[in-house]
Amino acid sequence: MKPRVLVVDDDAALAEMLGIVLRTDGFEPAFVADGNRALQAFRETKPDVVLLDLMLPGLSGIDVCRAIRAESGTPIIMLTAKSDTVDVVLGLESGADDYVIKPFKPKELVARMRARLRHHDELASETLTIGPPEEPVSIDVSAHQVVRDGRQIALTPLEFDLLVALARKPRQVFTREVLLEQVWGYRHAADTRLVNVHVQRLRSKVERDPERPEVVLTVRGVGYKAGPP
Amino acid sequence: MTELLRRALRRIGLWLSAAAKAWRQSLQLRVATTTFLITGTVVLIIGVFLLDQVTTGVLKDRRDAAIRQARLGLDPATNILRDADTTAKLATAQDQIQAELTSSNNSTGLFTIEIRSPSESTLLPAGSQIAIPDGLRSLVQQGNLAVQYAPVTGSSNRLVAGLIVGEPVEANSGLFELYYLFPLTSEAQTFSLLQRTVIISGLVLVLLTVGLALLVTRQVVRPVRVAAQTAALLAAGDLSQRMTVRGTDDIARLGRSFNDMAGSLQRQIRRLEDLSRLQRRFTSDVSHELRTPLTTIRMASELLHGSRDEFPPELSRSAELLTNELDRFESLLADLLEISRYDAGAAHLESETADLRGVVASTVAAHRMLAERHGAAVVVHEPDEPVMVDMDSRRVERILRNLVGNALDHSEGRPVLITIGADDDAAAVTVRDHGVGLRPGEAGLVFNRFWRGDPSRSRLTGGTGLGLAISLEDARLHDGWLQAWGERGRGAQFRLTLPLRAGHTLMSSPLPLAPGDDEEDDYARTGS
Repeated sequence: MKPRVLVVDDDAALAEMLGIVLRTDGFEPAFVADGNRALQAFRETKPDVVLLDLMLPGLSGIDVCRAIRAESGTPIIMLTAKSDTVDVVLGLESGADDYVIKPFKPKELVARMRARLRHHDELASETLTIGPPEEPVSIDVSAHQVVRDGRQIALTPLEFDLLVALARKPRQVFTREVLLEQVWGYRHAADTRLVNVHVQRLRSKVERDPERPEVVLTVRGVGYKAGPP
Repeated sequence: MTELLRRALRRIGLWLSAAAKAWRQSLQLRVATTTFLITGTVVLIIGVFLLDQVTTGVLKDRRDAAIRQARLGLDPATNILRDADTTAKLATAQDQIQAELTSSNNSTGLFTIEIRSPSESTLLPAGSQIAIPDGLRSLVQQGNLAVQYAPVTGSSNRLVAGLIVGEPVEANSGLFELYYLFPLTSEAQTFSLLQRTVIISGLVLVLLTVGLALLVTRQVVRPVRVAAQTAALLAAGDLSQRMTVRGTDDIARLGRSFNDMAGSLQRQIRRLEDLSRLQRRFTSDVSHELRTPLTTIRMASELLHGSRDEFPPELSRSAELLTNELDRFESLLADLLEISRYDAGAAHLESETADLRGVVASTVAAHRMLAERHGAAVVVHEPDEPVMVDMDSRRVERILRNLVGNALDHSEGRPVLITIGADDDAAAVTVRDHGVGLRPGEAGLVFNRFWRGDPSRSRLTGGTGLGLAISLEDARLHDGWLQAWGERGRGAQFRLTLPLRAGHTLMSSPLPLAPGDDEEDDYARTGS
């Protein structure tokens, strides 16, 4: 079955062009041009991935992103014309998994989308445990479930992938570049913002005190690693 | 002991330096001290002069009266002493004279007399303890009436300040010396009272003036201090700070002018901020408006480019050109937007501590293809230890990509050398090519926007002409240096120097800007 894509963009030409490219690459696109109708379209089409322009008439891209994230972990890739850190970080913090800066190459966009979709196909039956021994975080990889202190924690697929990548090799320190490659599917990229923002989002969900992390630890000047099990 | 002395000396030194500091820093202290010294001196001079005048006047009166008394007493004394030649008679004579003189005139106050006979040098009466000064005696013995201040016996048999008048008295048995001893007790009392009064009133006057000076300077200094504090707060960025203004005096005028200045500053800064915000908004808007259609064009061109094999040759080539030129257009747009962000002051560092070697390695990796196309090797000399620098890796990598790309463009197939160096304060990267080099004076021009070294040269990277200008801004944003060296025929070298810790001011670079001869050896080694 072809993966469904919801394109939220008000630029008709771009949307049409995106449609052509996506169909060529084996996706099934749906379109919505207005921020106010984006959430409704999302519920109707139930897409596998959302392409979201940040500047929209009506509800802004950031608000649409928050609204979708509030009810679903579906991968969201922002299409942004702003490469300023503030804008990018704001978009990521509102729940987007990844972003591409206009003008992007179609191949790049498709590669990112595939990277976001890839992980849903993987089904490995394993259970991982990290964090402090008195209150560990256990991860059921095949069931996509994370439990801490008897409580199930809802993570987006991306956050889940990030946590699993760290948890599979608990003592290894991951540089941001390595994480970008493993989780986001980037090559030769040095965009630390993407990793930083998502690590913070992940921490806010799994840590008891995000200010003093025990599960996802920072290794100054290098990157991140999982806390000891 | 010496230790104690040294400690005491050190303490004194500390006090002195503290006092000197207070002196330099406090206008109030300086004014008070100066006032104290000046009024003190004036009061002292006036006091001394006053006392001297009064004393001299009073003593002169006393002396004149004493001399008058002596003149008056001469006749009775001569009469009484005429026949006195024995000790017993002398004693009686003295009593007689005393009685005679004191009864006849009281205007000069109490006095006693003493008589010395010509035959004896001892005093009469024998019980007297007063020593008549020799100088006075010799004057009297020569037949003169003489006066001298000397201690005399006072009312309670104590020596008090006094005045002695001596006169010779002719008698049958020879020349008697008659001395009048006037105690100056009351005068001394008057003088000491006067002295006390003068000292006390002088002190009060000095204290009053110093207090007044303190009060006045305080009134002036306090607003100045308040102004200084307010100015400091303003300088620290709190533009809403103002002084409180009361009244219409000079101080109030200072406050008002100060507030006007602060207000005008605030307006100017607001205006600049607004401009900067507008510029940023504009940049952002232009960016968005341009980028969206550009994305569509880009995708369309990629689609055409992807299926160009199915086109006739002219269309196929057109698709190729379209795609390539779009690349150029895009990078030019990106560079223009980037530099306008710098011009608007909207560029911010995302600093993090990272290993400079890693950034260099990823730069080199990104340029592997380009290096192969140029047929030039990229050789990296790096230290074994990590070179940890507070930096925005994205920007530093952009600088290095620019430098390495330029170096490869000008390499003419000869190796490009990258050297990483570090010391305690700074880290540096030099990128050296062995191409045609720079003409004299060009090292300063390479960072200019759209500057082209040699327009006839072919370029594979299709640089925008803004790369080095952006790199320079990136380096400046790090408080770092980006400098160029070049010599015709020897190639060019660019050096990026970054402080290890953010905010540290660079004093020197760990690597030289111009390559030395040993680097020529390096080239010979790697080039062979």
